[in-house]
Amino acid sequence: MAEPIAEPPLPAPEETPTETGTRRMVLNMGPQHPSTHGVLRLLMELDGENIVKCQPDIGYLHTGIEKEFEVKNYQQAVTLTDRVDYLSPLSMNLGYCLSVEKLLALEIPPQAQWMRVMLTELTRLNSHLVWLGTHALDIGAMSVFLYCFREREEILKIFEMFSGQRMMTSYFRIGGLALQPPRGWHERIKKFLDVFPSRIDEYENLLTNNRIWIGRTKGVGFILLEDMLDLGITGPMLRAAGMKIDARKDAPYSSYEKFNFDVPTRTENDVYARYLVRIEEMRQSTKIARQAMEGMPGGPWKADAPGIVLPDREKMKTQMEALIYHFKIVTEGFRVPEGEVFQIIESPRGELGFYVVSNGTAMPYRVHMRTPSFGNLQAVPKMVQGTLIADVIASIGSMDFVLGDTDR
Amino acid sequence: MLPENLKQNSIAAAVEAFDADAVRAGKFDRGELTLEIAPGKIASICGFLKYDQQFVRLSTVTAVDRYPSEPRFEVVYHLHSIEHNSRVRLKCRVRGEDPVIDSVTGVWRGADWYEREVFDLFGIRFLGHPDLRRILMPDDWEGYPLRKDYPVTGSRV
Repeated sequence: MAEPIAEPPLPAPEETPTETGTRRMVLNMGPQHPSTHGVLRLLMELDGENIVKCQPDIGYLHTGIEKEFEVKNYQQAVTLTDRVDYLSPLSMNLGYCLSVEKLLALEIPPQAQWMRVMLTELTRLNSHLVWLGTHALDIGAMSVFLYCFREREEILKIFEMFSGQRMMTSYFRIGGLALQPPRGWHERIKKFLDVFPSRIDEYENLLTNNRIWIGRTKGVGFILLEDMLDLGITGPMLRAAGMKIDARKDAPYSSYEKFNFDVPTRTENDVYARYLVRIEEMRQSTKIARQAMEGMPGGPWKADAPGIVLPDREKMKTQMEALIYHFKIVTEGFRVPEGEVFQIIESPRGELGFYVVSNGTAMPYRVHMRTPSFGNLQAVPKMVQGTLIADVIASIGSMDFVLGDTDR
Repeated sequence: MLPENLKQNSIAAAVEAFDADAVRAGKFDRGELTLEIAPGKIASICGFLKYDQQFVRLSTVTAVDRYPSEPRFEVVYHLHSIEHNSRVRLKCRVRGEDPVIDSVTGVWRGADWYEREVFDLFGIRFLGHPDLRRILMPDDWEGYPLRKDYPVTGSRV
């Protein structure tokens, strides 16, 4: 076994005065810092207020989830995915379920697909609301946070209505949904979607033309498009740099091809442009969710696959065959044919990929998650080196990373 | 050698035309192209795919432990071409004893953290990596958690 290579010590601050006549200083930011949104640690070498060098240190939230997958059966592992990106649990559920369904070649009924689209878009709203609220709070606009969390609460209540859980929903299961959509969901979601566009206007009134907001965000956090592609940045950050890339359009999954929506882009590639892109994404998500709600097809909400999907309670109590299937699924799970897939979806943060390897047993042989936060975070040094210390918070805030998603 | 059914695939054919020795095997399964590359050639194949076939993005690098069979590790690369809206998976088999492979950080700087993660969790060393050290686990951690012979839970005292 090769010896682990030790961490090189941080460069000692230079004793000789620099051009500005000051000595360099190493500043440690995090891991317990309110503006790093979790446990990110940044080591920054400063020359006065200029950042000469920045080195992110991650891993404080590493929980070994990828290892955990290997000892859960396929259906149980759904609950692990929630806990990776805990701000968009349903996107994680969706990515995982789609990858296993691709391995199984399982056909998902239309109602389940549309329900998935609708709830995933609500998750995107949820995630963007948390981002907007905390990002604005970091920069100093306190009240936006309160407004955003007011709407987020409503979304969490909708999730609770569907799955019984506010955050760790695990509502999507391999083969469809976990439970039948609750009575009255249509009215509840309609009520929310009717009012939400005016709420977005409210946020925009507070920020879009706000001189302080513009001053803090315009021209800040610039990074060349070539560097972004090279370093693995995806999602809204790439779209704010003028690249029209969105897995929902490029490789549609879960019948996204049937929905009519735009992929917003900007070209300025700064913190302000990323803000505008995400605001527009919220409008588009509302549009998609409304289309899904209005055109929701009828029919079954889980696939007709007796060995994989749990039978209805009613059938389980009355039919011998259903009881046997129920027992077998619960005790041993189901076998998945040998193979490997890499399923991409567009999470609120960017490209989310599930690489699932099966060896023909009831437990995944290996699950690797290509999480957007990990790729985005890698670009932090490139983005902040040479800028001012005061802009670091705005820059990293515009990346919208989640540390659970980074460290897994 | 490329199997017959992949000769029509433009990416697979281009890679084989570039360096026929590099391609060990390939398959097209569930709509995804996989090419198995000789470990010594990975950096040059990646360079070819990036600059000649417009695979500008490296989506992820990871590994699979096939313990106890040999060669034990598979290092897996997922590449993405925005221009052609296509993806390809490259795979290299690496032996279990002192696993080592060339780094692709020279092709994509973004490979940096992914290779560090594979080093951290599987113990596969990447030659030519600028800063190969643990990324998720503590620096003084012993063992490589995602290996199949590493226990999932701790021992009982």
